[in-house]
Amino acid sequence: MAQRMPALAASAPTETHCPYCALQCGMALTAANGTNTVESSTGAGLVTVAPRDFPTNRGGLCQKGWTSASVLTAPGRLTRPLLRPHRAAPLRPVSWDVALGHVAHRLRQIQAAHGRDAIAVFGGGGLTNEKAYALGKFARVALGTSQVDYNGRFCMSSAAAAGIRAFGLDRGLPFPVTDLDGADAVVLVGANVAETMPPFTQHLRRAVDNGGLVVVDPRRTATAEQAALHLRPAPGTDLALALGMLHAAVADGHLDHAYITERTTGFDAAWRVAARWWPERAERVTGVAAADQRAAVRILAQAANAYVLTARGAEQHASGVDTASAWINLALALGLPGRVGSGFGCLTGQGNGQGGREHGQKADQLPGYRRIDDPEARAHVAAVWGVDPENLPGPGRSAYELLDSLGTDGGPRALLVFGSNPVVSAPRAGHVAERLAALDLLVVADVVLSETARAADVVLPVTQWAEEDGTLTNLEGRVLLRRRALDPPPGVRTDLDVLHGLAVRLGQPADRFPTDAETVFEELRRASAGGPADYSGVTWERLRAGEQLHWPVPSPGHPGTPRLFLDRFAHPDGRARFAAVDHRGPAEPPDAEYPLHATTGRVLQHYQSGAQTRRVAELVSAAPESFVEVHPDTAARAGLGDGELARVVSRRGSAVARVRHTPTIRQDTVFLPFHFGDDQRANLVTNPALDPTSRMPEFKVCAVRLEPLAGEPRRRRPSDPSEETA
Amino acid sequence: MSASQVVVVGYGMAGARLAEEVRRRDPEGARVALTVIGAEDHPAYNRVLLSSVLAGSLSPEAVRLHDDGWADRQRVDLRTGTAVRRIDVGSRKLELADGAVLGYDVLVLATGSRAWVPPTDGLLDGTGTPADGVAVFRTLDDCRRILTRARAGAPVAVLGGGLLGLEAARGLAGRGHPVTVIHPVGHLMERQLDAGCGRVLARTLARLGIAVRLNVTAQRYAPGRGLVLSDGGELPAELVVVSAGVRAETGLATAAGLAVDRGVLVDDELRTSDPQVRAIGDCAQHAGTVGGLVQPAWDQAAVLADLLTGADPAARYRGTPVVTRLKARDVDLAALGEVHVDVDEPDAEVLCLQDPARGRYAKLVLRDERVAGAIVLGAPDAAATITQLYDAGTPAPSDRLALLLGRALPSGAPTSPADLPASAVVCRCNTVSKGQLMTAWRAGARGASGLAAATRASTGCGGCAESLQGIADWLARVDPDEEPAVPRPAVS
Repeated sequence: MAQRMPALAASAPTETHCPYCALQCGMALTAANGTNTVESSTGAGLVTVAPRDFPTNRGGLCQKGWTSASVLTAPGRLTRPLLRPHRAAPLRPVSWDVALGHVAHRLRQIQAAHGRDAIAVFGGGGLTNEKAYALGKFARVALGTSQVDYNGRFCMSSAAAAGIRAFGLDRGLPFPVTDLDGADAVVLVGANVAETMPPFTQHLRRAVDNGGLVVVDPRRTATAEQAALHLRPAPGTDLALALGMLHAAVADGHLDHAYITERTTGFDAAWRVAARWWPERAERVTGVAAADQRAAVRILAQAANAYVLTARGAEQHASGVDTASAWINLALALGLPGRVGSGFGCLTGQGNGQGGREHGQKADQLPGYRRIDDPEARAHVAAVWGVDPENLPGPGRSAYELLDSLGTDGGPRALLVFGSNPVVSAPRAGHVAERLAALDLLVVADVVLSETARAADVVLPVTQWAEEDGTLTNLEGRVLLRRRALDPPPGVRTDLDVLHGLAVRLGQPADRFPTDAETVFEELRRASAGGPADYSGVTWERLRAGEQLHWPVPSPGHPGTPRLFLDRFAHPDGRARFAAVDHRGPAEPPDAEYPLHATTGRVLQHYQSGAQTRRVAELVSAAPESFVEVHPDTAARAGLGDGELARVVSRRGSAVARVRHTPTIRQDTVFLPFHFGDDQRANLVTNPALDPTSRMPEFKVCAVRLEPLAGEPRRRRPSDPSEETA
Repeated sequence: MSASQVVVVGYGMAGARLAEEVRRRDPEGARVALTVIGAEDHPAYNRVLLSSVLAGSLSPEAVRLHDDGWADRQRVDLRTGTAVRRIDVGSRKLELADGAVLGYDVLVLATGSRAWVPPTDGLLDGTGTPADGVAVFRTLDDCRRILTRARAGAPVAVLGGGLLGLEAARGLAGRGHPVTVIHPVGHLMERQLDAGCGRVLARTLARLGIAVRLNVTAQRYAPGRGLVLSDGGELPAELVVVSAGVRAETGLATAAGLAVDRGVLVDDELRTSDPQVRAIGDCAQHAGTVGGLVQPAWDQAAVLADLLTGADPAARYRGTPVVTRLKARDVDLAALGEVHVDVDEPDAEVLCLQDPARGRYAKLVLRDERVAGAIVLGAPDAAATITQLYDAGTPAPSDRLALLLGRALPSGAPTSPADLPASAVVCRCNTVSKGQLMTAWRAGARGASGLAAATRASTGCGGCAESLQGIADWLARVDPDEEPAVPRPAVS
């Protein structure tokens, strides 16, 4: 790796964006010269990171961003394809030709024996727009399979479904993130931005200073600590809380009647449900004082500029769509959405969580946020792809259902994984690992040997982040260009190269799967033209020139759409829709055997499954291992002292975590971060109960008990990625 | 198998809820054909919210339970404005006031209760209805009558200092009426509260313009003047609102020969003495308890729907833990479980805090580490937490005072950087501890910007900039540069 050369001269920093979350902080990468004291401590070696004054981060970076260059030199970086001839054999390096030839041969064999849907594809919300687009096209055209979905199903699907139901269109923030700078009041529901996207909290400063920040979270998070009012509902009761607050909005006279009449439909039906949730009743279910519900509504209603923002805490439930809808109802009742200076939004998680859900790697979608069951959409996209619409498959299984069906009768026999690590990130992870093991063929394209790659028959080493060009769409629907700052290590290929190589070997014309990202984007523009997420007016040239383009951008001369819905919502009648949703409660309530709620989430130092961040020494040293936040009384009853190792046990499995006494957490609730591998996987315990609409699993609440880990308390065990090298 | 014919007598909170719960389990009506008969002309409404209507925060329209199309959409044969004349359990038929006869497989009584009017001279007219200037507080029509009759600013007397009486009093006081509550015993809400809390509550109400007269009853009502009280005094009132309790509506059941005590007797399957007749809600008496609150009625409706639809033939009603929650603006009161327990009761752990000047009272009764009862007035956060512990039956936190006081606990004074442990994280975005900042200082970094450059503290969200400045100032104070700064070796 020492021979790698920067793509640009050292004197010209590459303006790009952080590899992690949806805030996509602006940063500049410069060839390392050892003069910067901060950078030298990361040991990155190749490039140094400096924050840029970009609207989302304004010169701020969190520890992940500052240390992101280290991921480029992560220990165990894959540089050669690996292949095992059979499951008992170890992975061994092979040439690209052998690897791709083997995969194509096996795919053909399996499809010949079991049909087209015997091959499944699993993508990721971190893939660039170009990769997400090419992956969906590859599945539908080169493989002809309906079985394609992605990890964004575990992330944004509930918010997306609720947004479409209410507004007719889903864009996480339908306004620029900088609009929040003027907010006097912000209600954050299940969002811990101080840890998940720290520089974002700059935009909440005015609300914080005004005493206008309300945080809804069962835990007293770093974000909740900044709030004027912290509402602490029992896990799985956010919907009841939203209903109680809507009731309070009505009873306390905060409704915006003119707005409801002119810009919405369905209020009466929504009220009939909320009428049964007077705040005192919601209090009994949620544990949030009726007085606090009223105070939170008052803060929102009396602010000149107010916003309601949800995130995974509200959405990752078997009733996640309805929960998001209930918060949208509240925002609509107060007249917030579709106006300058107020609104509703959901905070996208993954780096390209927005673009990743628009361009066709989702089981029910085609590029441009089109529906795959819409004949017009099929005809349009088929024409761009040069195929017969009749030959496009229909909707396939959702992410968890897809993983659950692998290797079963009628389920896929082979899986191709790009940009995802479901062995760590999928619910009921132990079962998912078993399903992967039951496949005839597992192919994983990744940068490092992730937990999922370790289980693969073929591992394809691909480029990352600063080694390639591509676009992403950030949390505010702004299309961004991430630029290549240095050459990839010799031997690795881009995902687009991999898809091209496989497609050609599967008999596709060579020009149908271009390897140049800008060329792919040109095709994406045409495919998305006329769709809800219309990128046809976005060009890389405009992005290079620094234009601030929020979709839709329906023509090359169009300035983009920073704020949606100002004149009308995207439903045919132009109105937003209230949804008459009711509380259902967690799919798995606690009982005598599993008396505690477990909830999962993130810590500042790690990202998603940790495949990247667990390989950055500085981050590992700050957050080396999994932990479980437990109220000291609850821990004492389980016989667990602070710092001891516990087993967190559910009906589906158990995870090992170090006990962290946390006096501010509810006594009936424990918290596990989900970034760690092997027996520390939080998802070994999570419940795959699915939302009926979004098919989102219930990551945020399940029933568990705590046990001391049998035997001697173990010493701290930082994850050692080096041992994962083949 | 054809659908079972279920007839529900009563279209109030319980009857309406039962219909919803049945249709939730049997949306197409394949298992249960539903007829619901309501005596009142208007559609079902949410009785719990009547105090909000009285207070003016909700319109009468807003408390309707169902819209006009509900019955058709839900395949419910709904007959409002229809009284039931007679039930014949032998032939499983009931006769309506209009002479129509309905057969049933299962009959559900959800007839509710009616307001009880004390035998005070002049309250009722010759026909047994409230006299002019007198209203009970039970139905939506009662609400309308009170609001029509209450001239702006006119004095109002409320007979009965129970939950509903106080909610009515609060609503009317909020509309600008001088209100006096007449209560026959020694303290307010005596079933739910102990005397100490009753006193604090009375003081709180007084601040809101509500006078409370205890240990008195009304002897006589004189129209246009007011009440003559048992202590001989007179109470001027243009309007008298009677909220002196309710009686279960059991007339039909008694006439049909069903076993009736204070309510229609039912077992855990909500079955009356006739196996084909069930009863739920305020008219039913289960395990010695007659209803009166909505939660038991809704719990019973869910169990009965499980049984009637076959969704869960093992469903049983075992009672509902009662949490009393006063719905009155600016009065936050919750009471639950056993509260008439003295602080020195040997078998229980009892905590009690009285703060009448600030309108706060908190009592906690613990048995076997669990909440057995509580009264919480003026501490909303504590009320919410204690209620959840009571409902879940989980052990109470060892810090009893924190539980009793909720957020009222004083927070610590702002800490000086000197008091922070070295491990305290100052910049969360970049995991920078006070110790690392001290190390950087010793290595020569000066000022907040120097510390930031050396450690990245404050370069994330910037939220710790003030703390960083504080630490920089503190370091400059305790570790000043005597000579032009010569970097010292780092000590860590």
